[in-house]
Amino acid sequence: MPSINLQLASYSDLFMLIAALVYAVAFIVFAIDLSTSSRTIRTLEAELAAEEAAGAETGAETRSEAEARREQLVGAGVVGSEKKAGQGTTAAPGSRRKGAGGADGDQAAGHGVDLVDDDMAYLGTTRRPAANVAVALTVIGMLLHAFAVIARGVAAHRVPWGNMYEFCTTGALLVAAVYLLFLIRKDIRFLGTFVTGLVVVMMAAATMGFPTPIAHLQPALQSPWIVIHVSIAVLASALFTLTFAMGVLQLIQHRREARMRAGGDSRPAFMRLVPSALSLENWSYRINAVGFVMWTFTLIAGAIWAEAAWGRYWGWDTKEVWTFVIWVVYAGYLHARATRGWTGDRAAWLSIIGFACLVFNFTIVNTYFPGLHSYAGIPE
Amino acid sequence: MRATRVEEAQSDTAPPGPTGSTGPSGPSNSAGPGKNRGRDDVALPALGFAGSLRFAWTQLTSMRTALMLLLLLAVAAVPGSLFPQRPAGPEIVDQYLEENPVQGEWLDRFQMFDVYSSVWFSAIYILLFVSLIGCVFPRAVKHAKDLRSAPPRTPRRLSRLPEYGKVVLEPRGPSPAEAVAEAARILKKRGYRTQIRQEPDGGASVGAERGYIREIGNLLFHFSLIGVLAFMAVGGLLSYSGQKIIVEGEGFANTLVAYDSFTPGSAFSEDRLAPFSMTLDGFEAEFDRESETHYGQPLDFTAHMTVQDGTDGEPRQQELKVNHPFDIGGTRVYLVGNGYAPEVTVRDGNGDIAFEGPVVAQVQDQLYTSLMVIKAPDAQPDQLGFVGFFLPSAYTGEDGVAVSVDPELYNPELNLNSYYGDLGLDSGEPQNVYVLDTDELSELNNRNLEAGGITLQPGESYDLPEGKGSISFDGVQRYVGLDIHYDPGKWGVGFFSVLALVSLVVSLFVRRRRAWVRGAAGPDGSTMVEYGLLARGEDFGLREENVSLRRQFEKSWPVVAPEAENSPTPASTPASSTASTTPNRPE
Repeated sequence: MPSINLQLASYSDLFMLIAALVYAVAFIVFAIDLSTSSRTIRTLEAELAAEEAAGAETGAETRSEAEARREQLVGAGVVGSEKKAGQGTTAAPGSRRKGAGGADGDQAAGHGVDLVDDDMAYLGTTRRPAANVAVALTVIGMLLHAFAVIARGVAAHRVPWGNMYEFCTTGALLVAAVYLLFLIRKDIRFLGTFVTGLVVVMMAAATMGFPTPIAHLQPALQSPWIVIHVSIAVLASALFTLTFAMGVLQLIQHRREARMRAGGDSRPAFMRLVPSALSLENWSYRINAVGFVMWTFTLIAGAIWAEAAWGRYWGWDTKEVWTFVIWVVYAGYLHARATRGWTGDRAAWLSIIGFACLVFNFTIVNTYFPGLHSYAGIPE
Repeated sequence: MRATRVEEAQSDTAPPGPTGSTGPSGPSNSAGPGKNRGRDDVALPALGFAGSLRFAWTQLTSMRTALMLLLLLAVAAVPGSLFPQRPAGPEIVDQYLEENPVQGEWLDRFQMFDVYSSVWFSAIYILLFVSLIGCVFPRAVKHAKDLRSAPPRTPRRLSRLPEYGKVVLEPRGPSPAEAVAEAARILKKRGYRTQIRQEPDGGASVGAERGYIREIGNLLFHFSLIGVLAFMAVGGLLSYSGQKIIVEGEGFANTLVAYDSFTPGSAFSEDRLAPFSMTLDGFEAEFDRESETHYGQPLDFTAHMTVQDGTDGEPRQQELKVNHPFDIGGTRVYLVGNGYAPEVTVRDGNGDIAFEGPVVAQVQDQLYTSLMVIKAPDAQPDQLGFVGFFLPSAYTGEDGVAVSVDPELYNPELNLNSYYGDLGLDSGEPQNVYVLDTDELSELNNRNLEAGGITLQPGESYDLPEGKGSISFDGVQRYVGLDIHYDPGKWGVGFFSVLALVSLVVSLFVRRRRAWVRGAAGPDGSTMVEYGLLARGEDFGLREENVSLRRQFEKSWPVVAPEAENSPTPASTPASSTASTTPNRPE
């Protein structure tokens, strides 16, 4: 077996810490963005309200500008009818967001500014310098992090997910990478605080909770299946992490929308930057569907590996039990989407429960439950 | 009511709430809102026995029941990870029962130590699968019908559909019928099944549907789950598994008596054992000698075996490693453990050999500190028993206690206590070979006794006190722990699992949608083409489909630019058609 490159491994440890710090700063800046943006919105709203009082036309113009921009994104084809619909009359603002309850805060309030789009497309109506800085920091953190993870793998001549420390850091890297990939196409900067927050927690858990010095894999883990089974498991976990964040936001947004429909306030203000609950639900459904397929794959690949390692594909080992529980919970989530009375809040709760099981499976089951998957590698 | 779940699962633009307000009003929508509405206010109908049965069946096969059963299954699986399970290790359950007699008895009463074969767990998954069959089967029948029937009738008002568009052609453009034929061609190219109809007012329309395979995938996924369960049951009947420890130089023939422990399937019979034999020629273990933090961590285990197929097969050399089992006629042999077997000779008080050979020592930790138990029931005049540790690399600390400091044989040492008396073997009751019951025994050697404990290096001998005999440490062999498994059901389980995965992908990501295109003569005589799209099931790409259809139409026909168009109709476009593509749902 080739020797471990300890020099490179120590660089990996160092970069892991730096990346964690950069993420922490990105998290703070994302939080600043949320708080300042809501202030910006309020000022903007006040101005608009004043203008509206002066002349009702202004609001409509601002709105149709935003709309025009959006149409460019959607594609020229349907512009004609849409513009006509938009320019139509006073019914227009509601039409942008059909059926979404309070039609989101800004529109229910009668202001035409589009802060967010239910398709999560970039609108460019509000400038959010803090958010852009935070995204840039997340990119830097991700690059440093990627170096650290890859260096760890290169140093050990194997995939960098052989114990809990490595699984956690690789998982955090994928959460950050998947988030940034989505950011290219979709404006999900509103998730930034959550995502970087979770990444920081994962990095802290890895580096402080279960730091593990680099080592070769023990014989039980020396199988090509570790590449297939674990990598897809990490990727699925990363997707479920994103939908967890969206699920929590969906619940908050849903309550806020209900309150506003009842004529209440639109607090918390930062939720103005978040798409409608319905849109969040649909997007987390799409991501969860991909996550569920990956989890199914993880389950099957794990069973094949178990057959090769222990002689049986399924033995209700604690880890297998919890992987199964997670699978069933997300299967329930998919069914809930097609069951009357189970969409919306309840589906979001199922998604959150699924993620809670995932975290439980990774932390508690790995450390406290005896089982065949006891490869946590945590020094006693 | 019977097909309730069918409708829910298939209902257009699920979640199915508002179809009444924004969905098409035409009869083309098979999941009519009226039918769905009935299920919320179900009251027990006074229909007699058959009626009640029918009602119960409807309830069981409803989506809501399936969802409840799914969630219940998740909850019911949890106790199996909290309490020790008999199939995994009966001895741990016994230990738990001993430590928690009251609580344990109650837990046992509720089958908490056999969760996955318990009545309640079985009830949940059997109900779930009955519900699944009850749901999937009628859906399969319906879909088979759908597959043979033409796309649904064109709704009167296409503008009511979630996605709607309209193009007005220049006067030199094709006639309505020609345009519709062209549209049908375009739709066909995009994977739609199409049918052209003549409209009563002289125009024509095409009805189109695509993504039938989505429902096939969905049905296949559920059928695959049944397949997985069925083949798991087959495995439960025909499989067997057993454990065997083999010391270097020793052999094993695949017969029932040769196993150390054996778990047969319900329909097992001994003649199912594939005839083969194997011998352990040698065993190598490699440990990490470079790492400071993981010094002595195992890196590789290799067992060198000679395997013989049948009774007269050609013996062949076979390497056996962790994660790389070998296969003999469908039976698989796995390397699951290894350790040291010190060779000892025990002589009794008469000077006769009472025991001779390697003793399998149970590995206790990463440093191969190994527990030794030697029983010499043939010793005269008193039976002899020894218990203690084998240390591959012994190091005696200042407190006089020897510990192992390395897994390899750098300084092998035996540290034993000895006993004489009645070993309890004569009663015929089976005993654990790794446990020495000292109740009826008298202690001869112990650190706390005057005689002290027995400490032996290879080649050394020790005479027991009171002339009870002697023990000598002759050498050390290695042993391997093998698992031997046979499960013919696993191939079926594997096949259906992969089928489930593939069909899951199809059912989640293929989009099922309907499209209608109508050509009619406009007020000024030019052709007007309207089209509408409807998603069946989750479909977030309906708007993109609208856009690309429009592009294709514009490429095929001379379309009047929307700006130049004077028709007032587009303004009446309903809100839903221009907003985001997300399905609508009442809040």
